[in-house]
Amino acid sequence: MTKYQLWDPKAETMSRDEIHAVQSRELKNVVQRVYENVPFYREKMDALGVKPEDIHDAEDIRLLPFTEKSDLRDHYPFGLFAVPREEIVRVHASSGTTGKPTVAGYTRQDLDNWADLMARSMTCAGITSKSVVHVAYGYGLFTGGLGAHYGAERIGATVIPVSGGNTQRQLMLLKDFGATALACTPSYAMNLADAMENSGMDMSELKLESGVFGAEPWSEKLREQLEEKLRIRAFDVYGLTEMMGPGVAMDCPERCGLHVWEDHFLPEIVNEELQRMPYGTEGELVITTLTKQGMPLLRYRTHDLSCLDDKPCACGRTHVRMRRVKARTDDMLIIRGVNVFPSQIEHSLLKIRGIAPQYQIVVDRKGSLDTLEVQVELDRTLIGDTVRDLETLSARIAAQLASDVLISCRVKLCQPGSLPRSEGKAKRVIDNRK
Amino acid sequence: MYVKQISVFIENAPGKLADFTRILGEKGIDLLSLSIADTTSFGILRGIVADWEKASKLIEEAGYTVCLTDVLAVEVPDRPGGLAGILTMLSEKGIEIEYLYSFVRNKSDKALIVFRVPDTDKAQAILSEHRVRCLSQEEIASF
Repeated sequence: MTKYQLWDPKAETMSRDEIHAVQSRELKNVVQRVYENVPFYREKMDALGVKPEDIHDAEDIRLLPFTEKSDLRDHYPFGLFAVPREEIVRVHASSGTTGKPTVAGYTRQDLDNWADLMARSMTCAGITSKSVVHVAYGYGLFTGGLGAHYGAERIGATVIPVSGGNTQRQLMLLKDFGATALACTPSYAMNLADAMENSGMDMSELKLESGVFGAEPWSEKLREQLEEKLRIRAFDVYGLTEMMGPGVAMDCPERCGLHVWEDHFLPEIVNEELQRMPYGTEGELVITTLTKQGMPLLRYRTHDLSCLDDKPCACGRTHVRMRRVKARTDDMLIIRGVNVFPSQIEHSLLKIRGIAPQYQIVVDRKGSLDTLEVQVELDRTLIGDTVRDLETLSARIAAQLASDVLISCRVKLCQPGSLPRSEGKAKRVIDNRK
Repeated sequence: MYVKQISVFIENAPGKLADFTRILGEKGIDLLSLSIADTTSFGILRGIVADWEKASKLIEEAGYTVCLTDVLAVEVPDRPGGLAGILTMLSEKGIEIEYLYSFVRNKSDKALIVFRVPDTDKAQAILSEHRVRCLSQEEIASF
């Protein structure tokens, strides 16, 4: 037996053969469902000459088509749902590439599975029915808040649904309600830690033991800092809206990668030619949802760089481990938990008169929070002799970006011709966080 | 009788103003008057030069964008209340001042102040009714 508490020991400690059998069975089912109910998948499979009958084994996944983020956009909002809209009981969304969000729909069964997987994940972080879980992920279309909420509630913990923002109040509640676990983005956790320091809060007044942090890539160094400042054990939770939300994979106390819950998801690593790579090879993580009803996705390209390891883990869980995500294969930035593509910013800037189509994005981490500065070159004709018009312009750009990209940023107006040009692809993004 | 003002957009970052003024020095451009309107991220430097055509050409060649504006170079009595008198004349006729700043150098015993107003013709007409003189570009150039 394992020295750790498990939420669902039977599922979490299945033998590799049992997992393979479950995956084979569920893959057949999901392929059947999408082929019958989602025209997009039927067309893709027909084009590849694959029928649901061709899928006998989890290994047959190699026959199936990939799904891109752009496919979700092309079928916005509900085009990839595999059940009638009446059966969808909830919708979540994350920001997309052109201002249209990426949408996910959940049936009642999907929400039930999600709560269960989040319960599994949070149990990895030592959360039990005796815990008090302070959820400071944003509640709403973002999957973080409600995902963590229902997971902790499923465990039977006391859930404090604080959502994001109002840091001083969060500090008060953390202390007064005696939270034992904190769930939020790692950058917000650091923000809270800094605020505690600044307010001279006595850390011994807190009962915090663990943190469930995710929705953005974070380094081992940040983990160490969070653990030291908050006096907790910090756990990495992985997920994405397209798959479900947080709880696709989770750190265990052994810290040798995140267990991907393989009875619900089938992870693969592919190389740049989209060929499947063996365990241990670094590449792009591709995930197939095995049990999702509302919006199942086949071989979804996450663009997260990782590698898989199926060697036994000392925690007792048998599910394959993915290495913590540190980088992406595309240019998507994750800023304060919000997905931002440079193309989105460009798209947004093009709507504004008075600026040249030259821009640069500078991402940094000031103290604990990610900062985004958008530098734009002014149109020569717009530069006058007063600052008023330019300040108005700057405010308009910031408002447009806040509305399209859902993130606040600092706008810096630059002299025409001052931003660096390069032959071919311009260097648009400077990420100083690494 | 207008004077041409040049304005230049300059980023508010360490060394930017030094860079710009060094270029002026290298090109032999002398600022007869100068003001800077600044925000946290940028500033607009405004000034009067003897030969604005040559100056703006040289500045643009150095990679800056120049905006030209007609302004009034007004002779103001150099005594307490001198400026107030002129501003009162203008405000009584509904002329608003966008901004003003003074000359660095002057030949007369009067203070010389740059006025930027929305309606330069009207402002000048009011001033001349009150026998307040506005200098021409040629007069400025001879400083």
